Amino acid sequence: MGRTLAEKVWDDHVVRRAEGEPDLLFIDLHLLHEVTSPQAFDGLRKAGRQVRRTDLTIATEDHNTPTLDIDKPIADPVSRTQLETLRKNCAEFGVRLHPLGDVEQGVVHVVGPQLGLTQPGTTVVCGDSHTSTHGAFGALAFGIGTSQVEHVLATQTLPMAPFRTMAITVDGELPDGVTAKDLILAIIAKIGTGGGQGYVIEYRGSAIEKLSMEARMTICNMSIEAGARAGMIAPDQTTFDYLQGRDHAPEGEDWDAAVAYWKTLRTDDDAVFDTEVVIDAASLAPFVTWGTNPGQGAPLSANVPDPASYEDPSERHAAERALEYMGLTAGQPLREISVDTVFVGSCTNGRIEDLRSAASILEGRKVADGVRVLIVPGSVRVALQAVEEGLDKVFTAAGAEWRHAGCSMCLGMNPDQLAPGERSASTSNRNFEGRQGKGGRTHLVSPQVAAATAVLGHLASPADLAGQSDVATPAGV
Amino acid sequence: MEAFTTHTGRAVPLRRSNVDTDQIIPAHWLKKVTRDGFEDGLFEAWRKDPEFVLNQETYKGATVLVAGPDFGTGSSREHAVWALQNYGFKAVISSRFADIFRGNSLKNGLLTVVLPQETVDRLQKLVESDPTAEVTVDLVNREVRAEGVTAGFELDENARWRLLEGLDDISLTLREESAIADYEANRPSFKPRTIEV
Ligand code: SF4
Repeated sequence: MGRTLAEKVWDDHVVRRAEGEPDLLFIDLHLLHEVTSPQAFDGLRKAGRQVRRTDLTIATEDHNTPTLDIDKPIADPVSRTQLETLRKNCAEFGVRLHPLGDVEQGVVHVVGPQLGLTQPGTTVVCGDSHTSTHGAFGALAFGIGTSQVEHVLATQTLPMAPFRTMAITVDGELPDGVTAKDLILAIIAKIGTGGGQGYVIEYRGSAIEKLSMEARMTICNMSIEAGARAGMIAPDQTTFDYLQGRDHAPEGEDWDAAVAYWKTLRTDDDAVFDTEVVIDAASLAPFVTWGTNPGQGAPLSANVPDPASYEDPSERHAAERALEYMGLTAGQPLREISVDTVFVGSCTNGRIEDLRSAASILEGRKVADGVRVLIVPGSVRVALQAVEEGLDKVFTAAGAEWRHAGCSMCLGMNPDQLAPGERSASTSNRNFEGRQGKGGRTHLVSPQVAAATAVLGHLASPADLAGQSDVATPAGV
Repeated sequence: MEAFTTHTGRAVPLRRSNVDTDQIIPAHWLKKVTRDGFEDGLFEAWRKDPEFVLNQETYKGATVLVAGPDFGTGSSREHAVWALQNYGFKAVISSRFADIFRGNSLKNGLLTVVLPQETVDRLQKLVESDPTAEVTVDLVNREVRAEGVTAGFELDENARWRLLEGLDDISLTLREESAIADYEANRPSFKPRTIEV
């Protein structure tokens, strides 16, 4: 019987297989950041162990880094200690690190792909659940906990329990104004935050094949929000074109050998998935979340749902709680929800294409009165590219704040946070209670919806901006 | 890792679904660089509410958490497991756990037990009506027992053996040194490297 893409990559990494035990898999690339690594390095030190493959390991600083005044000492002493601990650990164990201020610094899941380190058919791990991002290249990439970080540091392998396979096939054309972010939010709303549990999802179909690498990363990034271990997309010419010429992409004969191998990384025609989901791209619309988990979403044109409409009592209860926390009432049109803050950034939507599409909407327009808009590039490279294209000027002219690269308001470990009761439209991936700051209320949106929302002051899509393009027109509603 | 064989203790009912790791331990706690001292961060936002179940005198000292479905969704932070353990929990029962959380819990000796939702409901009712009721989580016999409830649970044999013996994964893997070296010797040259060595 044929094998799926995920099974092929898995099989190629089995170091040891024994009856009744998890397979021991070799790890091609281990990404580190400051939050989930200190206890792992401590463990190594206590046991007198070394990092087995420093040449397959790389670290960056992202979660705690400030997005303003990056040349000054970090104000929060606890954040500072965490960053200093990473620097000390990397120096001691010989791990390559891109600290704050370095040109390759940025969100770990933006840095790996842009360096060309994330490649098809590799296994990629990081002590961070959004490692699933790297699956966009046809890599098997999953988030791990700190004990596993220590395990990979010490052995460059991981014992992994088997997974099930799920195909999500998206055929047809995405309508104008509908992006990868809308697609993945719609998928999560459809299969639920637990729907992917135990699965590696493969996204396929003509609509997926047409997506850029950036858009594919947005999709795979949020696989974890559907509960899946990993998300993958088969590598194709788009993937190869993205990789060629990047710092760590293979060259010469190695490139040819690599491409020949990468081309074998497709699910065989006779392979069978454990579960299949089919989605018609043409049926999709801009999508936003109204609740406190990423599965609680709806098309922007819909109303806040009535909890009483849920049959399942635990879903009903969750919806009631969510509306209470979010300060919303059933039946309220989503478009009428006003926001205080708009955040464009994160490993979901902090890449150059995301900034370009937000800028294309903000160009010649003004941010609505009283709305704070933070534009946080996913990495320094993305920031430099944006500056080269003049996007930073577009943002600042519109009244948005152009910040330094990092995770920023995605999780508010640095000073970029929502105040209690404040509401945001955010291009990040999690709308959990308090995720962006204690008491903060988050609506997950695409960069396009974020930009339109910034201009109008309430949840909106670019289509709502017709007639708003005149700079002199007062923004707002 | 401390071995887990069987544990008996009082239990806390947590009637919420989709309890994500940001609720279990909020992000600002993640700045710590140690594995202990997370107990005060456990469910920090909810504990501000005096009515929250962990604040009720009757549940003080309970060691088993009986949670709603999809417990531990969200980030990979192992701090969520440490926070539960630092607080004193030895086992968590739910009808469904997020994968990474479950993996992390078993690596740290926090037993996560999957039971059908109706059994979880019965346990929650039991400990709500009688907070002194004890729940036994028996890994040797793979069984949860409480008054009126006896329920078997599944756990893969390998994970169970590691828990029962309190085995450290890294030492086990290092026994496979020659298999790892063989694999490394045969990796294609086009595979990426972060540095020249
Ligand atoms: S941007 Fe957000 S989701 Fe991505 S790694 Fe940073 S904190 Fe995690």
